[in-house]
Amino acid sequence: MVGRVHSIQTLGTLDGPGVRFVLFLQGCNLRCGCCHNPDTWAMQGGQKLTATEIVQRAMRYRTYFGREGGITVSGGEPLLQAAFVTELFALCHENGIHTCLDTSGSVLGQEVDALLDVTDRVLLDIKYPTDGQYRQFVGCPLEKPLAFLQQLNEKGIATTLRQVVIPTLNDTEESMAFLATLRGQFACVDKVELLPFKKICKTKYDQMGMEFPFEKYDTPTAAQMAELQKILEK
Amino acid sequence: MEHVNWNGFKAGVWQDEINVRDFIQQNYKPYLGDHSFLASATDRTNELMKKVQNLFALERQFGGVLDVDTNTVTSLCAYAPGYVDKENELIVGLQTNRPLKRGVNPFGGIRMARAACEAYGYKLGQNVEEAFRYRTTHNDGVFRAYTDEMRLARKLHVITGLPDGYGRGRIIGDYRRVALYGVDRLIEEKKKDKKALAKGNFNTDEVRLEEELFQQIAFLGYMKEMAASYGYDISVPAANTREAIQWTYFAYLAGIKEQNGAANSLGRVATFFDIYIERDLANGTLTEEGAQELIDDFVIKLRLARHLRTPEYNELFGGDPMWITESVGGMGEDGRTLVTKSSYRILNTLYTLGSSAEPNLTVLWSKDLPDPFKKFCAKVSVDTDSIQYENDDLMRPDYGDDYAIACCVSAMKVGKQMQFFGARCNLAKLLLIALNGGYDATTGMRIGPEMPVIEGDVLDYETVAERYDIYLQWLSRLYVNTMNVIHYMHDKYAYEKSQMALHDTDVHRFMAFGVAGLSVITDSMSAIKYAQVHPVKNANGYIVDFETVGDFPKYGNDDDRVDLIAKELTHKVITELRKTPTYRNAEHTLSVLTITSNVMYGKHTGSTPDGRKAGAPFAPGANPMHNREENGALASLNSVAKIDYADCRDGISNTFSITPDALGRGDEERVDNLVSILDGYFAKMAHHININVLSRETLLKAYDDPEAYPNLTIRVSGYAVNFNKLSREQQREVISRTFHETM
Repeated sequence: MVGRVHSIQTLGTLDGPGVRFVLFLQGCNLRCGCCHNPDTWAMQGGQKLTATEIVQRAMRYRTYFGREGGITVSGGEPLLQAAFVTELFALCHENGIHTCLDTSGSVLGQEVDALLDVTDRVLLDIKYPTDGQYRQFVGCPLEKPLAFLQQLNEKGIATTLRQVVIPTLNDTEESMAFLATLRGQFACVDKVELLPFKKICKTKYDQMGMEFPFEKYDTPTAAQMAELQKILEK
Repeated sequence: MEHVNWNGFKAGVWQDEINVRDFIQQNYKPYLGDHSFLASATDRTNELMKKVQNLFALERQFGGVLDVDTNTVTSLCAYAPGYVDKENELIVGLQTNRPLKRGVNPFGGIRMARAACEAYGYKLGQNVEEAFRYRTTHNDGVFRAYTDEMRLARKLHVITGLPDGYGRGRIIGDYRRVALYGVDRLIEEKKKDKKALAKGNFNTDEVRLEEELFQQIAFLGYMKEMAASYGYDISVPAANTREAIQWTYFAYLAGIKEQNGAANSLGRVATFFDIYIERDLANGTLTEEGAQELIDDFVIKLRLARHLRTPEYNELFGGDPMWITESVGGMGEDGRTLVTKSSYRILNTLYTLGSSAEPNLTVLWSKDLPDPFKKFCAKVSVDTDSIQYENDDLMRPDYGDDYAIACCVSAMKVGKQMQFFGARCNLAKLLLIALNGGYDATTGMRIGPEMPVIEGDVLDYETVAERYDIYLQWLSRLYVNTMNVIHYMHDKYAYEKSQMALHDTDVHRFMAFGVAGLSVITDSMSAIKYAQVHPVKNANGYIVDFETVGDFPKYGNDDDRVDLIAKELTHKVITELRKTPTYRNAEHTLSVLTITSNVMYGKHTGSTPDGRKAGAPFAPGANPMHNREENGALASLNSVAKIDYADCRDGISNTFSITPDALGRGDEERVDNLVSILDGYFAKMAHHININVLSRETLLKAYDDPEAYPNLTIRVSGYAVNFNKLSREQQREVISRTFHETM
């Protein structure tokens, strides 16, 4: 099967455990204002590569994976190409490569269900604590990622919840409490990561002649991040 | 044989023959634990280091050179004993009578000594000028024998950085021998060798060796005299840790008093010292704090070592380096690790004394190193950017388990092998000369075979490759012959008497050739092969530029189409070099290493088909050209790893810079990820890597405000350097390099 690939980063250390080969897929169903990959939004384009080709390339980096590393498929939204990613992950497993999915959890269905059966870990973005914010800033109801999380829990797939912290929008105790609740409620969640909102992607928006929707928001300070982390750990 | 100072050591053949390796193997204690046992600096060390820091600051204020003794020709016993703080030093000995005062060494060439003095506002003493008026230097000898073509190749920067005006360096004496055996025993053994030699036929080789042995023995005597001036008798074996370190240091000091070679590497001493430390710890005469203090004091002395250089030299080798390379870690042939607590202690000096470019700490990495040691090394890299890594699993089969690195990447068995350092030739420039049929458009001069300028509106790959081969054959022969002249003369006029006295008499010699511009020639050939390269000619019909239309695979993206060009080219270069015999039947080797000379090489090379403009710097060593990597850091590492070490036995240097954020979240993750990267890279049979974990912003700040960053250390091609000691041009080049970062 052929996938539409935006780009490959051979050294990924931030998207999943250890050193990872990160595949960014082309195409996204959401339009998050804080997105740092607007160039992956378009549903057309991207380089067409087969699952076999990608695994062959990933295998060139196997020696770097160590005990924890492997492949991460990110995007764009990888769930939009679920059948392709399923084939890719199955091939990875045949070759002993750990598989990780970086997703918004906003697509559900049979194909996604099959994909999860060959996924070792999911990095699930929980973008905001409320359905209102989800609908306003993401373009999908909160119930979707929650249903997705429910599915992860049923299948017992190791899950990292992630939130990009955007001052005034979700740098709140409420938001931390929501993450903590999810962590408590779903046994599959073994890690929660807070990521600071960054604005270095503005150059990408500029190059594409687009407005950076969240330009007006500040980036959180290291102290703020540490404070939120503390609240989260309580 | 027995000696009272060997009490407590396990017996072995090392007692009956000069065999430090056997002593180590019989007596060392592998350490598998972590760094928690390490002691911090004592008050004494901190006080001493404060004095040293003040001296460094003063040196900076004086424009890089604090003082020069212009009236004394440097040698082992030429100066009165010198101290930083006599009462509080544990390890003593300076190159001259005062710290950071530089001696003059005219043996390699009087002009270089004169120019170096003048560059810093001094004048070489009249007595020195007089003494050398009737004396032939290495430089005199070389220029007597150089052919016209050799001079031209040098002038046009086709072959550059040649050690023909100063010492050749890269020779590692087995300084440990002095500590283990004492000088008298070493003299005795050399005398035996001399007697044995006398039984055979005498021709050039034997007569030369006879004289060399005479000189070696004489300089072992001077070594004793030098030590005696500091109040030590090194004729006998060292009795304890302090003496073992002191004796070893005296032996090293003798080498750098005598020679001003570019690289003055130390060898592999930490695990050797560890045996003495363990003995003293066991008998209660030393504590952990005391052990660290001794190592610290030794390293302080190494950090004070200096040679007097000319500005032209600094252009090649920026930052006033000495390459006091110490090889740390590695595995033994029997499968035990050679990591000891002292491997940790010497790395710990980067904390106890602060980060530093010297000594050039080089970790011999093996997949089998103990995990805690791997992690500690990675931590030191993340914290200090001061260490480099080389593949022990790759080198051990060739060099055994008692080899060390000279300079940056040159492996040799300690005390058993040496090398004739051969700088490098410019592969990118050779392409331009080949295309123009022997015309150098940069200078307007001719060199090499005369051929017509290559024809066609678009360069044809096969035609260019064929043409390049013709010029490579020509250059290879010229290069070997040039090197033969240099090393014949160096042996004749500036032989390394004290360093060679610390080698086996029957020593194996390498002749180490090198290439610069590998990524430029590789991408250029790829452009010619996969894109359309239109030569642009000047009014006289010579090619002076290129218009490259279309895309082409670029080295650094793990793309075999281009990476194999680099691999095959290095194979071709060493194969060509091997066709011309070497002086003293040295074994031909090749390195892909530039130090900071990639800036200078680029300056003298016209525009190239890969899109690099005339005068722009090359990438250092085997690095891909800056910012041409499109698939991230590991793809870049994989490209470099494809170059075959069997073809480049003198080393393949790669410098890797990554921002802390791109390496992971938090120190623990960064350390783990760096260990994975190193394991992964070396499993690909790669040879060397410099690791920098820092951001471009830090360098930009240091560029604008040097005073705020007096100790900023970074790794460049094969060594570490204090960023502020680089020229502005070199600093800009370092800043322009690829930093692997994250969005």
